[in-house]
Amino acid sequence: MLEIKNLVVQIEDNRILNGLDLTVSDGEVADIMGPNGSGKSTLSYVIAGKEDYEVLDGEILLDGENVLEMEADARAAAGIFLAFQYPLEIPGVGTMTFLKAAMNAQRKARGEPELTTPELIKSVNAAGETLEIKRDFLKRALNVGFSGGEKKRMEILQMALLQPRICILDETDSGLDIDALRIVSEGVNKLRDEKRAFLVITHYQRLLNYIVPDTVHVMSAGRIVKTGGKELALELEANGYADYRGPATEAA
Amino acid sequence: MAADRTPAETGLAALFDRLKGSLPGDVAVREGALAGFAERGLPHRRVEEFKYTDLRALLREAPPFAERPGPADLAMAFNYGRAFTDVGAAHLTIANGHVATELTETGAMPAGIEVVPLNAALAEGHPLLAQLGAVELARLNPVYELNTAFMADGAVIHVPAGVAVAQPVHLRFVNTGLATFATATRVLVVVEAGASLVLLESHEGPDGLAYQTNGVVEMVVGDGATVQHVRLNAEGRDAVALSTLTAKLGADVTFASLNMVTGTTLSRHQVYVQFSGENTTGRIDGANLLGGRQHADTTLVVDHAVPHCTSREMHKTVLDGDATGVFQGKIIVRPHAQKTDGGMKSDALLLSEGATMNNKPELEIFADDVVCGHGATCGALDEDLLFYLKSRGLPQPEAESLLLQAFLGQALEFVEHEGVRDALIARVEAWLASRG
Repeated sequence: MLEIKNLVVQIEDNRILNGLDLTVSDGEVADIMGPNGSGKSTLSYVIAGKEDYEVLDGEILLDGENVLEMEADARAAAGIFLAFQYPLEIPGVGTMTFLKAAMNAQRKARGEPELTTPELIKSVNAAGETLEIKRDFLKRALNVGFSGGEKKRMEILQMALLQPRICILDETDSGLDIDALRIVSEGVNKLRDEKRAFLVITHYQRLLNYIVPDTVHVMSAGRIVKTGGKELALELEANGYADYRGPATEAA
Repeated sequence: MAADRTPAETGLAALFDRLKGSLPGDVAVREGALAGFAERGLPHRRVEEFKYTDLRALLREAPPFAERPGPADLAMAFNYGRAFTDVGAAHLTIANGHVATELTETGAMPAGIEVVPLNAALAEGHPLLAQLGAVELARLNPVYELNTAFMADGAVIHVPAGVAVAQPVHLRFVNTGLATFATATRVLVVVEAGASLVLLESHEGPDGLAYQTNGVVEMVVGDGATVQHVRLNAEGRDAVALSTLTAKLGADVTFASLNMVTGTTLSRHQVYVQFSGENTTGRIDGANLLGGRQHADTTLVVDHAVPHCTSREMHKTVLDGDATGVFQGKIIVRPHAQKTDGGMKSDALLLSEGATMNNKPELEIFADDVVCGHGATCGALDEDLLFYLKSRGLPQPEAESLLLQAFLGQALEFVEHEGVRDALIARVEAWLASRG
């Protein structure tokens, strides 16, 4: 279970999150929607452990343990996974090398034995099939020369391999055509189970046709201002965010 | 050399007077070179090519040249020679600047090539020695002149026309001893038309020993030949290494040279490549891993004297501690060298506040139909990339190592010989692991 309590965050004297409270239970798919600049991406980065942000107050608890004291890699080993809105290209680092390094680093941190290369290849091929990732891609440098859709599929592939406790999807639908959206959503849905929680950050309701949420939260000016079921997303799609806009904030 | 001779300059003159009678070959050539050197003395920072590496200030004294080592020293030297042992190469060991026949498997050199120790070649007046100094631009370089005056041993390697040498030839330079010393070695490599050679050089010695090496490798590459050259400076941390590579390339040649530096407190690697035949491709790459107070200088001159040639340089430097890196690269395109395609890049990653990189790329273009470019970057590791890797579970040191390997890999990938490339990658991994 992920619990966020009274989270206050700023970057360069710019207050982005203003006492945000949010709980995502095991097995729950929670969606966060909100206007530009409401702090959605900041929330995802702060949970994952990006260091540019200053946390002034509050807690982020994963199964009761405060992760704010942990480095990003320790949070990953504890089960937090962020699917980036803009996955980074890493020239010179082969995709397989990267996947092996990531999986074994997490296993090592948890005291589990490292994967052998054949075991890794087997897992990668199995996960890659669902996501329709060409094997050829795994030989290339990570994300280099990949299209937007291919990068997003690679994010979900990593998620499938790392088997996190809580999956944060930051605008995973942006830049996807209909086919890619379906493939990515199927990949995500396949990972749903009663233990794993999802925090899905979206701009548009469209993704929610494929990844059906249990709860929808509206975020504005760095706080959750309304919570409802999946019908709330449809209402927002029809009426916009006009009812929820708080005082203007500058940052994303 | 005027009245203001430094102790090192005075010492070099005295050493020469003492040694000249015993050095092999034509003493007049040596005297001419020393006179040329003495006229200007050790280069200092007001000499443009030595702006960042002031040898007059850095070389305080002229240590005596090493004698040919005895059996005990040789056995010790051999212990330092660990590089390129697993790549299936034929080894020629040069200990303290002298070919160590006891440890040299000269008989095991690949079939079809000739390898002669330089002192023998000089003494007998080997006909190929006429090809020394083939790259004119290098001849007036003071480090090269000093080498010409003092060169004691080394090798002449002759690959006759059409001979494709599959097995790499490894020049294993090892240094050992208890007191400070100097070496001057010269290697002449003549690869005739249509022949091919993989040439490895490694330079190793113990930490804590202040020795100075001056090594010159000269290559003359015939039409249609292929040369792959990899040089590793893994000298001890208190050593000074000055080195010069010259290459005169004929037509339709494929040439690649990579220099990796992990050792020495002070090093300067000078490269002079002259394109003398059309449709030739040449690459000069570098991978430098520096820490502590190490200073490593790479100075290149790429001289396009004929049309339709391609040159590429990919120089990578990683600096930690208070290390200083220098990259000076000059591409000259002479008036008739039309259709030249030249590209030079030097990138540095600074891992600490105290590290310094000096990048100076230059283009001198006198032809009007060419494509030439250069780029130089200097910076820290990308924080966003580090975060991405950490968010996948890689701890900071592993994330840094992965990015540094990728960074250096962009130069190492040009080493075509897989075993040699793997040996260099293993050096990178060992260096990264030793950062702690």
